[in-house]
Amino acid sequence: MIRLERRPEPSRAWTLATPFVAVALTMVAGGLMFAMLGKDPVEAIRTIFWDPLFGDFASYSRPQLLVKAGPLILIAIGLSLGFRAGIWNIGAEGQYILGAIFAAATGLAIYPAESWIVFPAMIVAGALGGILWAMIPALLKVRFGTNEVLVSLMLVYVAEALLASMSLGLLRNPEGMGFPGSRNLAQYPSAANLDLIPGTGMHWGVALALIAVIVGQVVMTRHQLGFRVRLAGQSPRAAVFGGVNPGWLIVVCMGISGGLAGLAGMFEVAGPAGRLSIDFNVGYGFTAIIVAFLGRLNPIGILLAGLLMALTYIGGELAQLQMNLPLAAIQMFQGMLLFFLLAIDLMTNFSFRFGRRATA
Amino acid sequence: MTTPLLELSGLTKAYPGVVANSEVSFDIARGEVHALLGENGAGKSTLVKTIYGLVQPDAGHMRLDGKSFAPAEPRAARAAGVAMVFQHFSLFDAMSVAENVALGMENPPALNRLARQIREVSHSYGLPLDPDRIVGDLSAGERQRVEIVRCLLQEPRLLIMDEPTSVLTPQEVDILFETLRKLREEGVSILYISHKLEEIRTICDRATILRHGKVVGKCDPKTTAARDMAEQMVGATLATPSRSLGNTGEVVLELTGLSAPAPRAFGTALKDIDLTLRAGEVLGIGGVAGNGQDELAMALSGEMPVAQGMIRMKGREIGRDGVTARRCMGLLCAPEERMGHAAAPDMSLTENALLTAGPREDLVRHGFLRWGRAKSFAEKVIERFDVRTPGPGTAARALSGGNLQKFVIGREIMQRPEVLVVNQPTWGVDAAAAATIRQALLDLAEAGAAVIVISQDLDELMEISDRFAALNGGALSAPRPAEGLGIDEIGMMLGGAHDMTPAHGEG
Repeated sequence: MIRLERRPEPSRAWTLATPFVAVALTMVAGGLMFAMLGKDPVEAIRTIFWDPLFGDFASYSRPQLLVKAGPLILIAIGLSLGFRAGIWNIGAEGQYILGAIFAAATGLAIYPAESWIVFPAMIVAGALGGILWAMIPALLKVRFGTNEVLVSLMLVYVAEALLASMSLGLLRNPEGMGFPGSRNLAQYPSAANLDLIPGTGMHWGVALALIAVIVGQVVMTRHQLGFRVRLAGQSPRAAVFGGVNPGWLIVVCMGISGGLAGLAGMFEVAGPAGRLSIDFNVGYGFTAIIVAFLGRLNPIGILLAGLLMALTYIGGELAQLQMNLPLAAIQMFQGMLLFFLLAIDLMTNFSFRFGRRATA
Repeated sequence: MTTPLLELSGLTKAYPGVVANSEVSFDIARGEVHALLGENGAGKSTLVKTIYGLVQPDAGHMRLDGKSFAPAEPRAARAAGVAMVFQHFSLFDAMSVAENVALGMENPPALNRLARQIREVSHSYGLPLDPDRIVGDLSAGERQRVEIVRCLLQEPRLLIMDEPTSVLTPQEVDILFETLRKLREEGVSILYISHKLEEIRTICDRATILRHGKVVGKCDPKTTAARDMAEQMVGATLATPSRSLGNTGEVVLELTGLSAPAPRAFGTALKDIDLTLRAGEVLGIGGVAGNGQDELAMALSGEMPVAQGMIRMKGREIGRDGVTARRCMGLLCAPEERMGHAAAPDMSLTENALLTAGPREDLVRHGFLRWGRAKSFAEKVIERFDVRTPGPGTAARALSGGNLQKFVIGREIMQRPEVLVVNQPTWGVDAAAAATIRQALLDLAEAGAAVIVISQDLDELMEISDRFAALNGGALSAPRPAEGLGIDEIGMMLGGAHDMTPAHGEG
């Protein structure tokens, strides 16, 4: 019989090894799944993990890596703060949409005047949109004790409806010949979020994501806010005894995660996506939850996890195109990654004992 | 006397890093109350778990009724007639007494038949219980009755009781002892675990003393002095806490009509508490668990803010101030629950030093943590209070209860409080650590701080308090000088036996 025994202290080795073991197991299990689908597992895994970086089309897919990883990392950094405090903002997708709507509306209101102030104004508006949307579940939780998981999640669907209404109505491109969607902000020089170094995918949002990683790391290890966040997550009663106001912490954490999600939406709408449309959001807000956990809620880990996740997305698309793998199989593969991560995570706090019940 | 009921010979049990029991041998006769004495960590729990089938020994064997006895699980032990009342109750607040009893039985009878049995058994043993009452509404003493009656329904031959009196008033203790005597007359053997030596001298026929997992002594508690037993437990001579009774200074803390609703279901509301506390005094607050101790401690610490005007410190109104503001004023607190309240279990001792000492020890500047200062503060606490740990980087949960308690109390004392509120400062702490903590509290008072000690250990309160008050149903009795206070008066202050009428002598 196998039993689990609680470790007196969390194992440092396992904390570091968990993501690597999880990735390795995902490759094995995913390979088995691909084999059962009649595909060559080695080729499938190579297509997902190797080809986007070094394959024939790498010159196209490499910049995509940063474009996709940027918003994931930015959102995940914000989410990880709340998750560590036991505050579960599941609605980053909605905050991301609201950030994009606010930013696009700001830019379009000034259009076509050119000014250096447009881009910064859109950044502020984007952050504000995300924060306001996150304040709804935050304040409802503080005031009425509602469950922030449900409220923030439900607000994603409200945000999607709002997005559709905006793309079809108020923000629709008057010169778009009746097609839904706004003007292309990427073609509006004052509002465009272009590559800082052409052809790399490195835009302002990616730069901010990297800054967020560094700030996040400093806050978690050296600042009182990070200490309070960890405390509240580990022992809520001790946190109150230590002087943490739980309501204040909820507002701060939801505000930061909403603001960063809104910023991600802003940089997306002004750059890679270019315009607001019905299908503007592609699930970054949800995927960022996986990224946050894959990175063990640690800023450096999130940086790596965001890059890895972006890789599986781009590689997954490549595998669909080149090997005719169904989308469901790719999603299964990504699901496995989270599954193995959470399963292996157990080893941090528990150790296996083999053999019969000898002790208790 | 024929063969003893239970013989233990050479029981040995090792865990990684510690030998919990080493060659433990003794026997329990039929119809005797046998005391098992020892400090925390002496191996009492492991031994008792072995008898109850929760732990399998590495070596040695047991004989019950002369026959080999090696229960693989508690069910086997219960089938053989061994029952146990645990120190921590395993009851569900929202269910009735009868439902709770049924949950602990192998084959519970129909609920109405069980209710009748509970009524009969509880009355015949002088522990009357209403099977239909909701457990959440019962006092701690009544909850213990539920546990005991659950055991008695199994008609045990050996009843193991782990620290049974820690939650009882003196009157309730008397009632319990009547019951134990009655069981003894019927031939039931009782293994009684406690570190309250006076109780053991009252009720027990023989005592076995454990230290570091070994049997270090056996004695007749009726003829052995409590002090001798304590010194055998500790393996050293004990220093009695001492202080020169200082003159108390000016008023530092005033409670006026302190009232607050219960912060949670089955909590206790605070009712109109008036209190004046002077610098240099130790106020002991007694009471049975669940009568508002936690709530009073939280109202004082600031975790549960109260209305304007209810709490004044040095003339300043602080009722609505938060935890940190009160700490800055010098009002510090050490809660009862160490793990998860006074300390965060998964955090290091350095981080736990930061938990409360940030504002007073200047461990945070411009929002940034000063890890170096925090670490050296933690080291100072560890050194001054003799906390046994590899270092300040150790997680709190890796420390033994007594060591963590020394750290928690030490952390507050080292911050030079003007008022210190401690809740159950020596609960589950071994005798040597308890003596250290009590002495530290007395030294603090002598240095001019006011100390409030909330405790259920009356001996402790009588030993260190200048004045004594009792909590009963969320109300605080008027404090009285502790010196010369008799046990009967204390009992009256605690609220008598909480309307629990003993049924002894009624049949």
